[in-house]
Parts: sequence; C-alpha cells; structure tokens
Amino acid sequence: MRLTGAQAMVKILEIENVSHIFGYPGAAICPFYDALADSQIKHILTRHEQGAAHAANGYARATGKTGVCVATSGPGATNLITGIATAYMDSIPIVAITGQVPTNQIGKDVFQEADITGATAPFCKHNYLVKDVKELPRIMKEAFHIASTGRPGPVVIDVPVDVQNAQLDFLYPETIDIRGYKPTYKGHPLQIRKIADAIKESKAPVICAGGGVISSNAGEELTELIEKCRIPVVTTLMGIGAVPAKHELNLGMLGSHGNYVANYAIHNADLVIIMGARVGDRAMAAANKIAKKAKIIHIDIDPAEIGKNIDVVIPVVGDVKMILQDLLQLVEKGDVEEWNRVIGDKLAEFRKKQHSDVFSKDNAEDNGKDNADNAASSRTDRENAVKPSYFLKMLSDMMDGETIVTTEVGQNQIWAANYLSINKPGKFITSGGMGTMGYGLPAAVGAKVGRPENKVIVISGDGSFQMTMQELGTIKQNKLGVKIVIFNNSRLGMVRELQKKKYCNRYFQTFLDNPDFVKLADAYGIKGERISGNLEVEGAIKRMLHDDEPYLLECVVDPEEPTL
Amino acid sequence: MPKHILSVLVENHPGVLSRVAGLFSRRGFNIDSLAVGVTENPDISRMTIVVDGDDHIVEQVSKQLNKLIDVIRVKRLDPAETVSRELALIKVNATAATRSEIIQIVEIFRDKIVDVSKNTLTIEACGDADKLKALENMLQQFGIKEIVRTGFISIERGSKHIKAKNNNED
Ligand SMILES: Cc1ncc(C[n+]2csc(CCOP(=O)(O)OP(=O)(O)O)c2C)c(N)n1
Repeated sequence: MRLTGAQAMVKILEIENVSHIFGYPGAAICPFYDALADSQIKHILTRHEQGAAHAANGYARATGKTGVCVATSGPGATNLITGIATAYMDSIPIVAITGQVPTNQIGKDVFQEADITGATAPFCKHNYLVKDVKELPRIMKEAFHIASTGRPGPVVIDVPVDVQNAQLDFLYPETIDIRGYKPTYKGHPLQIRKIADAIKESKAPVICAGGGVISSNAGEELTELIEKCRIPVVTTLMGIGAVPAKHELNLGMLGSHGNYVANYAIHNADLVIIMGARVGDRAMAAANKIAKKAKIIHIDIDPAEIGKNIDVVIPVVGDVKMILQDLLQLVEKGDVEEWNRVIGDKLAEFRKKQHSDVFSKDNAEDNGKDNADNAASSRTDRENAVKPSYFLKMLSDMMDGETIVTTEVGQNQIWAANYLSINKPGKFITSGGMGTMGYGLPAAVGAKVGRPENKVIVISGDGSFQMTMQELGTIKQNKLGVKIVIFNNSRLGMVRELQKKKYCNRYFQTFLDNPDFVKLADAYGIKGERISGNLEVEGAIKRMLHDDEPYLLECVVDPEEPTL
Repeated sequence: MPKHILSVLVENHPGVLSRVAGLFSRRGFNIDSLAVGVTENPDISRMTIVVDGDDHIVEQVSKQLNKLIDVIRVKRLDPAETVSRELALIKVNATAATRSEIIQIVEIFRDKIVDVSKNTLTIEACGDADKLKALENMLQQFGIKEIVRTGFISIERGSKHIKAKNNNED
C-alpha cells in the first residue's frame, strides 16, 4: 500500500487501537492533521498543548491504554514539555507526536524550530527524530511498545514535515526486537521464596504500595495477600486506590503529608515490603532510618529503583502483579496478632478522631474566622467558609465507586489524598512526582474522554485552576461532563502554609485577586455555583452530581485551613 | 575515590552519545573519560567509560545506563582482568640541546616521535595510566606545550568477550 508518511501515521494509530488523541495543530504537523480528517479517530482540540499532554496522561490513567497527544514544531512542542515530564515522573504511558521543520532545515534555526528530542531526553522514556519515512512504521511500533511495557512512560516522536509528506510502501511490522530493551516481568522464584519466608517470620510487617501496583493492575492480588497474611498496607500518593480506602488493613497515605498511623506503622515495622514505589522523599524522607529497624523488601519492575534510595535486603525485579500471583501460592501468615491489634487500635482511634474533627457541630455550622493578612481584599476572610475535609467526606459518601477524581496540586491535593475515600485502582489521578499545578483539569478532560460513562471530578485550588483553566473551552466544545470543584482560599495555599510555618508568617506573593469563577464558567456556558458554608455542601454536591453536564462548584475556604 | 571501568555496547545511532553523556551530568555522576568507536558489528558502538565513585554510585550508573533504550549491554570490567590503553599526543619544547635527550626518553618508553619543528617535538604515546603518567613526569622538565588524550579503551583479558545478547549486567 502506497501512503504518505502522514497517512501511515494515522493508519498506525488505528492499528494500535487509538480511539482518541489530544492535540493542537500548526504548520509543521498539518499533513498529519489532513490525513487525520479521513479517520475515525476522534481528535480533541485542547486550548494549550500542555493541556493535550495532561489529557493524554489522564486518559491513560483512567483507561489503562496509552494516551496520545500531538503538537506542532517549536512552541507547540515546547508547550508539551511540562506534560511529558509529568508523565515521566509518574510512569504514565503516553506517546507524544510533534511536527518538525523539514529535514534539510534542521539545525538552521528556521521558523518554529526547536530541538525537542534534545530537550525531552532527560524526562522521557525514549524519543525519536524520524529522518526517513521508511523508518516511520518501525519507530511508531517501537514507541507504543516502549511507552506501555516495562516501567511505562512517555515516548516522543518528532516527525519533520517533509517526512510526513514523503511516500512509502506501507507495511506495519508484526514483531518487535529492540535488543537494548527487554523488561523483566517474572520475579525470580528464589527471591519470591525469600519474601514468603520473611512474611512468615515477621511479627510486624507492613506493605508500602505505590503507583506500580496500580499500573500493573495488581490491586486484587494485593488485597488478597494482605487479607491472607493480615499485613497492614500504607500507600504513597500514587498508590491511593491500590487497596480500598475503607479496608480495615489500609492505613492510608504515608509520608510528610500522610497520616500518623501510616507513618507509625512504617517506622515500627520489622518488615517493610515496598511494591511499585520508588521511595521518594515525600513518602519516605527517613528511608535509612526505616531500613535500620526493618528488613526491607523492594519489588519493582525497574531495577534502577531498587537500592536507589533505600538499602534493600531482598530485591525483586519484575511485575508486581505476576510476583504477587506467584507469592500467593506459597505465602503463609506469620505471628502478627499483636501487631494487628496495635495497628488496629491506632487506626480505629485515628478514624474516630478524624470523623469527629470533620463532623463536629461547629463545622456543620459556620466556622468563619477573622484573618489578618490581606483581609481587606479577600472575600473568603469576610464570609463563612467550607471546610475541605467536610466537603471531601461528604463527597466520598455521595459519589459512586466508579467515580474518577483528579486533583490539582497544593493543599487541595493533600486534602483530597487524606479525606477522599477511593476504593478502586485508577480512580485517583494526581500529579505525584512532579507536582504539576494545572494538571488536574486537563487530566479530567482526558479521563472523561476515556471513560464517558464514569463521573469525573477535579478537585482544584484557585491558583492551580488558573494555570490551565482555558480547558473550560475544551470541556464546553466537547460537551464533557467534567465536575470542577475549586477550593478557593484566594491564596497559593500550600506555599502560604509554608510561609506560615517556616518563614515566620511572612506572606509574600501568595495572595491571589481572583476572578468570579462562577461567572467565568458561565461565559463558557458551564453551570456553576458558589458556596461558603458547610451547610450548603450536601445540596451543592447533589446538584453537581445529578446529571452528566459540566459543572463548576466554587467552595470558599478559609486561608488559614491547614493541610496537617 | 576508586575508578571503575564500564564497557557499554550501544546502538550506532546519532544521538546516543548525547543521551549517555546527558545521563551522567543529570544524575550527578562524574565521568573520568569516555571513548567511543564502532565495533566488529557496524550497527554497534562500544564505549569505554571510566567513572569515579563508590560501589553504590557505579551500580546506579550501570542501572541507569541499562535503562536507556539504545544501550544494549553494560559490563563492569575488573581492572585486574582488563587491558586498558590510552593514546596521547604530547607536544614538548625542544632545543638543539635537549632534543636528543627527549628522543632517548621516548625510546625508553617505546613511544614515537611523530612531528618535529625547530623548537618542539610531538610524541605519540600509548599505554596504561601508570605509563602515561611516568612519561609525562619525565617530559615535564622540558616544558609540555600541549597534551591531547583519547580516553581509555579497555578489553578483557583471555577469551572472554562481551556479547550483545541481552542488556542485563553480569
Ligand atoms: C507549575 C507549578 N508551579 C509552582 C508550583 C509550586 N506550588 C506548589 S503548591 C502551590 C500553591 C497552589 O495553590 P492553589 O492551586 O490555589 O492550591 P491550594 O494550595 O491553595 O489548595 C504552588 C505555587 C507547582 N507545584 N507547580
């Protein structure tokens, strides 16, 4: 079959079962767009290329498929970069396709030329500059393969416009052989045996589940393991949903923004089994203190993660799901009654206290406080406020188990991580490693495109929202029923909290004079409302969730509201 | 800090060298020297990288290198079981009075004079680190104008050889 490069690219996307792509056109990618017009593949036009990359990311996390985003050369490509880096840090499979100036112009600083393969090398799993149209099929096949296998991640394909226009005899390779890329999936039987022995011997085991448990779809196996062996589990931010939040053995999130019980468990265990987590500083700052007390087992598909940040006694390279399946065949419960009792008591006490903190009388009524800083111009200071923890607990009760929640970054993210009840893998979508403000809204776009039958809610802060709020246009144009919750404290809350605790209350450049978000939504034809007290929460959530239309719910929040 | 030798087989593609070099700088690893050239298989290049650092660092370097898709194989060579050579071109000041002494020294080291001028000699020297250091020390007294080095290339002794079969370090 004789095709142009551009037609071949579209054909390949079809063969790879891509149904939706997110992008933004420009001259250097026009041949591709022209070919795409004849395809069944749906293209979602975002309002910024960063939005396209985050949407592809949210799509991938909601569906388990590889997300695809497209941009033109130069500024289009560089606008993708934050999204590519975000996907890299969280190991999310996306393929980013960029147009490039003609091959014979590369290196001459012509109009809209940017070295995107050079620029993205530090934070993509792999990238390609296609110099010959005959290479396109192999490269694209490899790109999809590399993005989605092993430790997933973003792959960039840069295609000069003349390559898109050149002709080739199209043949899509059936097999793939990349000699430098052979991920290990099956865990070594000897190592798995050692895990089983360690569990049997341990009196105080704990499992730390990260994003790898979710990307390998090992939630069920993990739940089976903890139930069989009565091992409490803590999750990282990326691991939320790996085990149901309501499970009696799930202690919740650990780390600097996690809860007391989870951190107690990890610091007092005699065996810590880390699964699909990279021991990041936010989760385990004192990694080597933990390692002094406990035997450390680390299971990860990426051998380079094992031993990077913590000394490991039993390393196991492979896919968490397959390793858990093998482990479940041999593992036996250890003598953990006492540990279970201690942890169980602490957890019950913690949950009870959290419940009473959140639902105490004065929260349900007004809790307006007078705050000194920037008081004159801040609406939130004068009115009553919604307590985020209360809102999120109510939301957890009112949303169904299939609801997908994305978050922005800041206090809103930490509140969501600690107070939402997420009971399934892939239902909590947040920028973990990179902490990218402006991720949540476009990620919700991608999640809703991928899972139109699910409710999709983004929990946002007023600062983050304004980083990518132009995607309201994408939501409107594509009639995506994304529900937007903005915790509006008229502040860069998380930074302000840092200034409060670590910089002697010197609040500087963290106040935001915000627009009227409800009117803004209205300008896009999106319904919305503002609430400023806990008594309004239930009704507002009901109104927000009752249909599948987009909705913006602004919650006025006290700027003094802390994360911890 | 001890020096370690890594032999790295890579795809002979444009851009591979920058990926490898970029990885070192990005992860804060120090390269002592890096030499690269094509192998008996024209699709594959071989890099010899001398790294500074403790065992933990070298392990991380190897693992991170292995993650690069274009890296086919990483092997850490045991210095005791390895032949390492570096080529250096050294330009020294030479006068009528010193010229013959310099030539003698070069002969003792079994190296070669490859260029002469009225007031310089250029020496092609090849050897391991110790030998090159010794030669340099001997030439110092005449005044070294320039040294250019290739960086070390290393190969294992005996019949062992590094195959491109898989990318697991052994
Ligand atoms: C792109 C980007 N820029 C800056 C930061 C640093 N940062 C982290 S949290 C935060 C404040 C977020 O404010 P907002 O979205 O209003 O959320 P809040 O903390 O008030 O809930 C900032 C500026 C970041 N994470 N990402």
